[in-house]
Amino acid sequence: MIRVVLPAHLKNLAHVSGEVHLEVDGPADGGQVTSRQVLDTLEERYPVLLGTIRDRHSGKRRAFVRFYACEEDLSNEPPDTPLPERVVAGQEPFIILGAMAGG
Amino acid sequence: MSGVRVLVGTRKGAFVLTSDGRRDDWTVEGPHFGGWEIYHVNGSPADPDRIYASQSGGWFGQLIQRSDDGGKTWNAVGNDFAYRGDVGDHLWYDGTPRPWEFKRIWHIEPSRDDPDTVYAGGEDAALYLSNDGGQKWTELTALRHHPTGPTWQPGAGGLCLHTIILDPANKDRIYIAISAAGAFRSDDGGASWLPINKGLRSGEIPDQDSEVGHCVHHVTQHPSRPDTLFMQKHWDVLRTDDAGANWHEVSGNLPSDFGFPIAVHAHEPETVYVVPIKSDSEHFPPEGKLRVYRSRTGGNEWEPLTKGLPQSDCYVNVYRDAMCVDTLDPCGVYFGTTGGQVYHSADAGDTWAPIVRDLPAVLSVEVQVLP
Repeated sequence: MIRVVLPAHLKNLAHVSGEVHLEVDGPADGGQVTSRQVLDTLEERYPVLLGTIRDRHSGKRRAFVRFYACEEDLSNEPPDTPLPERVVAGQEPFIILGAMAGG
Repeated sequence: MSGVRVLVGTRKGAFVLTSDGRRDDWTVEGPHFGGWEIYHVNGSPADPDRIYASQSGGWFGQLIQRSDDGGKTWNAVGNDFAYRGDVGDHLWYDGTPRPWEFKRIWHIEPSRDDPDTVYAGGEDAALYLSNDGGQKWTELTALRHHPTGPTWQPGAGGLCLHTIILDPANKDRIYIAISAAGAFRSDDGGASWLPINKGLRSGEIPDQDSEVGHCVHHVTQHPSRPDTLFMQKHWDVLRTDDAGANWHEVSGNLPSDFGFPIAVHAHEPETVYVVPIKSDSEHFPPEGKLRVYRSRTGGNEWEPLTKGLPQSDCYVNVYRDAMCVDTLDPCGVYFGTTGGQVYHSADAGDTWAPIVRDLPAVLSVEVQVLP
């Protein structure tokens, strides 16, 4: 089970409160779960989030959206990079947030 | 007695203002979608309880919200605003080619007779159509693929398609306007487009007779005279009486050549309203006086309407989609400001009063008359 923390605006859109818990199927070759798979699963459950985190067609992360986990900024990691084991084990959340911007 | 519902889009959410037909006692509901930029909220003429809202933001992109109960509840519908076919390039501010890139929806125009049919104008300029209540959007590509498309350059606010007029007399005729490409007309439902900018004079482009490149701010039409259009441009107010084939200036005695919104009285097709703004570099009312100007002669002769509006120390702006009229008698006129005020007149502009004073900066105002 993967724990996902959404920013407030996206919680409102998805009509959720607190963390979102996702069962994410790992890759068929038995490799580690990736951010791409987490986001695919998240968007499948909450289609309203399509296009709000990453571009609907290119899959590219929106410029002012960041991904944090285990006190690391994973935003610029390739989307097929395995997530930290503590995230995959549900011990740490995968945090999606709106970047600080403005004054 | 009939009721009135005013749909307000702001920098930080949408608001719904309601009154009975006397228009002297208002209820303010909102914000809906708090924290999001709501560029436009517009209702279906065929079903006033069907309302569409453009919800966007720099962080999380574009959504379209739809209400089927007059704005009480909302559901997100489709937001896949793709460019179809070869994306191609337009010109950037520095004159270099730049691929078209979707940013937001500026304007939503529901069909006059089908609540599920709705058009949307985007930035970078594109026209989209949905026939299923906003679930699926299809680009009408002929506009962006017009031979002049690669030469279009953005205005200061972006390369935005901000005006859509569905002709009431001809279902196949659509007018649109883009900053800073100009105005275009289709006579075949969007399958092909004709630039309609002859007669426009734009101070800072080298070729005044250029087919495109004019910074049109807004265009409006009275339903009883579909071939007559009024335009507020970056420079001057203009009119055409031949569906855009030829334009001529009707700025007359206006105190400025600049402004954004323009509207026509609901029952008097030669009565026109504008809000002059001092200049393109200052973007506030001349002399700090917020004045709506009304012409009862189709332009050229304008009178300032000031009663109830601040006549000193006022430095707000009024954006292009932030003025509208209702169809009651007397005609009601409404506009919203960047200072968060929504003003209304229940007597065609003779007197004004604020409905609400302290909203976020107002981006758009539309009004519905309810049975």
